Amino acid sequence: MDTTGTFLLPPSASTMAGETDALFYFLYYLSIFFFILITGGVVVFAIKFRRKKGDISTTKGPSHNTVLETAWIVVPLILVMIIFVWGFKGFMKQSVVPKDAMEIKVTAQKWFWSFSYPDGTSTANELVVPAGKPIKLLMSSQDVIHSFFVPSFRLKRDVLPNRYTVTWFEALRPGDNILFCAEYCGTKHSEMLGKIKVVSDREFKEWLDTNANAGADMNPADYGAKLYTSRGCVTCHSVDGSTGNGPSFLGVFGHEVALKGGTTIVADENYIRESILNPQSKVVAGFQPIMPTYQGLLKDRDVDALVAYIKSLGEK
Amino acid sequence: MELTNSYPAYNYLNEPKGLKSWLLTVDHKRIGVLYLICISIFFLLGGIFALLIRTELLHPGADMMTADTYNQMFTLHGAIMIFLFIIPSIPAALGNFILPLMIGAKDVAFPRLNLASWYVFVGGALFALYSILTSAVDTGWTFYTPYSTDSTTSVISMTFGVFILGFSSIFTGLNFIVTVHKLRVPGLTWFKLPLMVWALYATAIIQVLATPVLAITLLLLILEKAFGIGIFDPKMGGDPVLYQHFFWFYSHPAVYIMILPGMGIISELISVFSRRKIFGYTTIAFSSLAIALVSFLVWGHHMFTSGQSELSTMIFSFLTFFVAIPSAVKVFNWTTTLYKGSIILTTPMLYAFSFLILFTIGGLTGIFLGALTVDVHLHDTYFVVAHFHYVMVGGTVMAFLGGLHFWWPKMFGVMYNKLWSKIAVILIFIGFNMTFMSQFIMGSQGMPRRYFTYMDQFQPLHGFSSVGAYIMGLGLFITMFYLLASFKSRRPAGANPWGALTLDWQTTSPPHPHNFESTPKITHGPYDFDQIAIEDLPEDPENGVYVKEEKEKIKA
Ligand code: HEC
Ligand SMILES: [Cu+2]
Ligand SMILES: [Cu+2]
Repeated sequence: MDTTGTFLLPPSASTMAGETDALFYFLYYLSIFFFILITGGVVVFAIKFRRKKGDISTTKGPSHNTVLETAWIVVPLILVMIIFVWGFKGFMKQSVVPKDAMEIKVTAQKWFWSFSYPDGTSTANELVVPAGKPIKLLMSSQDVIHSFFVPSFRLKRDVLPNRYTVTWFEALRPGDNILFCAEYCGTKHSEMLGKIKVVSDREFKEWLDTNANAGADMNPADYGAKLYTSRGCVTCHSVDGSTGNGPSFLGVFGHEVALKGGTTIVADENYIRESILNPQSKVVAGFQPIMPTYQGLLKDRDVDALVAYIKSLGEK
Repeated sequence: MELTNSYPAYNYLNEPKGLKSWLLTVDHKRIGVLYLICISIFFLLGGIFALLIRTELLHPGADMMTADTYNQMFTLHGAIMIFLFIIPSIPAALGNFILPLMIGAKDVAFPRLNLASWYVFVGGALFALYSILTSAVDTGWTFYTPYSTDSTTSVISMTFGVFILGFSSIFTGLNFIVTVHKLRVPGLTWFKLPLMVWALYATAIIQVLATPVLAITLLLLILEKAFGIGIFDPKMGGDPVLYQHFFWFYSHPAVYIMILPGMGIISELISVFSRRKIFGYTTIAFSSLAIALVSFLVWGHHMFTSGQSELSTMIFSFLTFFVAIPSAVKVFNWTTTLYKGSIILTTPMLYAFSFLILFTIGGLTGIFLGALTVDVHLHDTYFVVAHFHYVMVGGTVMAFLGGLHFWWPKMFGVMYNKLWSKIAVILIFIGFNMTFMSQFIMGSQGMPRRYFTYMDQFQPLHGFSSVGAYIMGLGLFITMFYLLASFKSRRPAGANPWGALTLDWQTTSPPHPHNFESTPKITHGPYDFDQIAIEDLPEDPENGVYVKEEKEKIKA
């Protein structure tokens, strides 16, 4: 990971970062100045005007001074107006997405991120983007509010369940950047991390190509095993029989599953498929209906591979 | 002044006697003491949660609790500290005691309503405690939707508890407004009022105007959860961001409910202990009112990244900078008051200095968060956590402790141990800075808040922060012990140990059940130290010059 950060700020790896940092440091030095002014005043006066023993005389310091009092209203006012305009200008830049930006759809859910590219490629918890190209993020959440936060890009935008939020960035150079969820979202909020992998333009094209054919050269069950981790099933489902937020995949296929409402069903390919694409339709007894839908996030081939994988675990 | 400096035999603490006389009292002083007992318990409870949180965060990963327990811990820490400690701390506990005394009144305008407010407070607190014991909330003290709508923890009873607490706050506010208007002693004009009274008055206005909005918001949340009426939850056609607007419409002004009365205390302390007329009385008084008004117009600064429109973001940022000015003006005024004073470094004054330094840091870092691009980076990180602790603890709690030490001799007629109180204030100051200065750095480095576990790179700073918390905790425990011990050693404090000029010091300590034996006369302004030399001023107030001979009397 990039280690070019300073004592106070992480590495700056987007086109926005420079402007944010300049204002940050302006504020920092301004604060130090005022801090020294006040603390210095307190300390110096406390020493200099300490009461002498036995002194009960009256004090005759000024109780107001129009010039001074006007000055310390006007000067801070001017300063904060400068800061306001400075911050606002940068914010507008961040809000206006360049026309040629590549659009990537971001879906947040408890507790992972999925990204889908214009060509249908999709990934979980890892966003691969080319350096030097503006990237537009069209974001929505499947459940509660999350927030897309990349410290090294100085970028943060909430991800809401009922509407799209939009933001954009342009990465400066190849390298890995950490993605946090910044809005509290429950048990694994602090583990809802992702990676923004910035690569060169050429590498990005290659990556898209291999991704389009991902799994083509593998047998479906092996590819399914890969998807099981890369698409976040692992956060809720184990493969060793232990129960997590969801049932374990071990020994499900071909066996009877008790559903909420008292019915049972034999887990066949269709049931598994439906469980992935429309999890709310048949909920396993004893579990909360918290599994997100993968409709539109998985390609047909991916679903097939996951079914094959779960099938292979059932026979064991 | 021919006030006895001994411990008066007849005072509000022992007359009338019996538990029942306390539980049915309509005496504002006793109600203040009842509040003080309650909030001290909650401060202790919230503090224990804080120490548990800091211990869990010593290392990444689970040390002593699960992620779900941790989430409940920080929610309870926040909710208890805000709703059960800070909001009632200065107005309801100290304010109740001191406001009528300061204006020379016999009591507040509606003594029964005052008692009712305490019972409502206890009722709300019991609800909140019940919810903690059943299945403690895990939503964060902000109860953001749709997380809170989905949460299976006891969100309903907790929010209902907070809903009830709001009424107690409104009752107190109403009472104070009317009291200040109607019950000032003849001759005490508005511009002769102590600045503490101005601050409590401005606070009361916010309490009365803002709290109902919180009540309605929480009621809507309860309706949604209990009856499935879609208001905030998108699954039912609601809007989660609407909740944030409602919530902060109360909770930003609430920040000033917490800090304004603290500012009032600081004005008193700085002036009394530099024996100096306060610099810029009128500006300080009006800046309290300015803050009270502008604070209603800046709630959106909590939502810069929420996707609200660019126009509203711009307006909120602009107004946020405005609300910074009156606070800055106050800090300049207090600092200037020290100039050419005759400064006495008593424990309350050390708390006032702590306030000045810490609140300055809290205010300056607030400017970072008002600047839009910088806020985008810092929002929801430890920087924000550090910022509001500098304001709420470095500001309000330091002022509260300063006020408590200042009026302790008045409230109970006894003086605490001078040495221990100074050790404690120093420990608290150092511990506090260690705890939260490190969090500024973590935050600007990108460490998000409300994280159960974290990346290894943050471990040294988290560890440092936790050690700071223990030091601060130690300081507070010491405070608890020497304050309680002062009841045992019973060193009489005297009527006016600090040589202050406001009316609250012109009666015995502890005061007469009816506050003053005869209506006090206004012969000078509250800070006229430039005209009045107090002849019987104790040489060393915390050791009480009167003490020696009086101590014998009291034991006899
Ligand atoms: C947020 C947690 C979560 C994630 C992530 C998740 N699931 Fe689930 N899943 C559940 C829960 C809870 C259930 C049981 C309740 C239900 O049926 O909806 C479940 C049920 C299932 C079932 C039915 C199992 C049975 O025993 O009948 C299948 C199949 C399944 N999930 C597949 C997947 C796959 C494949 C993925 C990844 C692409 C995935 N899940 C991701 C929580 C999750
Ligand atoms: Cu989160
Ligand atoms: Cu605010």
